[in-house]
Amino acid sequence: MAKLYTPAMAKIDKKKAKLKGRIQKTSPGREAWKRLRRNKLAIGGLVILGILVLIAIFANYIAPEGIDNQVLTRTLQTPSTQHLMGTDNFGRDIFSRVIYGTRISLPVGFICTFLAFAFGGVLGSIAAFYGGRADNLIMRFMDIFQSIPPLLMAIAIAASLGNGVLNLVLAISLSTTPGRSRVIRAAILTVKSNDYIESARAIGASSARQLLKYMLPNAMGPILTNFTFGVAAAILTVSSMSYIGLGITAPTPEWGSMLSSSKELMRVAPYTLYFPGLMIMITVLAINLFGDGLRDALDPRLK
Amino acid sequence: MLRYIIKRLLWMIPVVVGVVCIIFFLSVITPGDPVTSLVGADAPPEVREAMREKLGLNDPIYIQFVNYTVKIITRGDFGNSYITGQPVFGELMTRFPVTLKLTIASVIVALILSVPLGVVSAVKRNSWIDNASMALSLMGVSIPQFWLGLMTLLLFAVKLHLLPASGIAGISGWVLPVLMIGVGNMGNFARTTRASMLEVIQQDYIRTARAKGQTEAAVIIRHGLRNALIPIVANVGNIIGISLGGAVIAESIFSLSGVGQYMLNAINARNWPSVQGGIIMLAIAFSIIMLIMDLLYAAIDPRLKSEFRSKGRLFAKRKQKVA
Repeated sequence: MAKLYTPAMAKIDKKKAKLKGRIQKTSPGREAWKRLRRNKLAIGGLVILGILVLIAIFANYIAPEGIDNQVLTRTLQTPSTQHLMGTDNFGRDIFSRVIYGTRISLPVGFICTFLAFAFGGVLGSIAAFYGGRADNLIMRFMDIFQSIPPLLMAIAIAASLGNGVLNLVLAISLSTTPGRSRVIRAAILTVKSNDYIESARAIGASSARQLLKYMLPNAMGPILTNFTFGVAAAILTVSSMSYIGLGITAPTPEWGSMLSSSKELMRVAPYTLYFPGLMIMITVLAINLFGDGLRDALDPRLK
Repeated sequence: MLRYIIKRLLWMIPVVVGVVCIIFFLSVITPGDPVTSLVGADAPPEVREAMREKLGLNDPIYIQFVNYTVKIITRGDFGNSYITGQPVFGELMTRFPVTLKLTIASVIVALILSVPLGVVSAVKRNSWIDNASMALSLMGVSIPQFWLGLMTLLLFAVKLHLLPASGIAGISGWVLPVLMIGVGNMGNFARTTRASMLEVIQQDYIRTARAKGQTEAAVIIRHGLRNALIPIVANVGNIIGISLGGAVIAESIFSLSGVGQYMLNAINARNWPSVQGGIIMLAIAFSIIMLIMDLLYAAIDPRLKSEFRSKGRLFAKRKQKVA
């Protein structure tokens, strides 16, 4: 399409450029960010999350030792200045392992959620967009899938695929797909009947363009919020699955699997159980705080 | 209403078949030969072949599926455990009550404790009680269940010797497992109740109730909570599903002989009939609970009720009026 650029428009652009910095541009995203910025708890969550990401990136500079540095002369030492969180039954520095754990929980939780939203997004948006028979078929199928509780579904999938990060990711993302498809379907249904969708259709936008360019961006609010809470839930599931021995296994310093191997030490060295669990909780808490803030910022009506 | 109930009951059939289908599919993609698990890796070929024939593994896959499904639906026959040789169904039935009790208890305890908290939080918004209960709820949904279980076990059983570390001999044995699953539920319910209540008390009918001189308690409970309850009941089904998963982990931490512990042991021993049986049984139990929840939901939500109250009569009445 040829662009009509009249001298009058050029004049306006010039004026705009002049006023830049004095006039605040505004968009829904900017407005939401403004509201989010005022929410101290949400910013607190975001800051903690930022620190955790930095820890994950610079883990090899922060951690004093490697993840599997077994020194059998210093097993089960209580926390001290030398070993901030003590050592485990193989003489490994728990602090180092906990630090490296950020490199697993954060990305794995994120990828699980992302995949679940990708699978669920395709199904949910097809269901919402075409409605009628496609909607019925997809959603009834999801109903059946969902009649196995998510954690049990994940256990079933992981048990038949075997251990390993990849299988765990697949298990968790597949087991949460039905829930995510519902969220996306509901979000799209709420924007579907808007006038701008009709006008997009009227000017001949293709189905894909209507969906990707007009519906999804406008339905993004609830999806983003749900995504954030999804990451928190996925991190909890990853650690629970590793705890029961169906996920990431030793010697990888996944927090859940660290707790799993420390549970036998409960009576002799309880401190081995404190820190990995605390780290899971801090991470999930930070994400949930941010999610709460995001929800309030994106949907101020609820506040 | 009857139509809704019948429709909902009939829907159970595809759900059960679907669940069996999913689990059967997973068993097909599972690596490893069940015959090896049963007769050992170095059994002579004719023994293996006999076993294959006995298990029906030589049949085409769809015949296997039909046989598997028919056996489960008609006789509750999940096959025999590879370890004990006993029917899985019997082994599951003795363990099933533990899991169910644990799940239901944790949901009910959470409901009783957290709904009032959520209501108070919404009514006294931004007060200290609201802030405190919402902070606790957020902690409740953020703490890893199994870690909470381990920590309470450490504190109350190992350090203080107040509660037993395992087993459910007395009522005291239930406290820690129920707490472990219940804390997350509490956080969840308190947050949903508060959000739902906040939405409701802004409605016009609450102002109307106040304006006509109702006492504040009646406004909050009869007009507010009754309406706020609808999304909470809708959430209960979900929470029960999550709690069933939680029960599996709680059983392994507190050594309770429920379906969860049975299944986890079976996974470690590659005892697939027991794993499949456990998951199918919990899924069917969950579907029945969801059915009950849906019917309850229909009973308390007048909108759904009216939708299914035979539409014909409504039109007939209108026609009469016109005439």
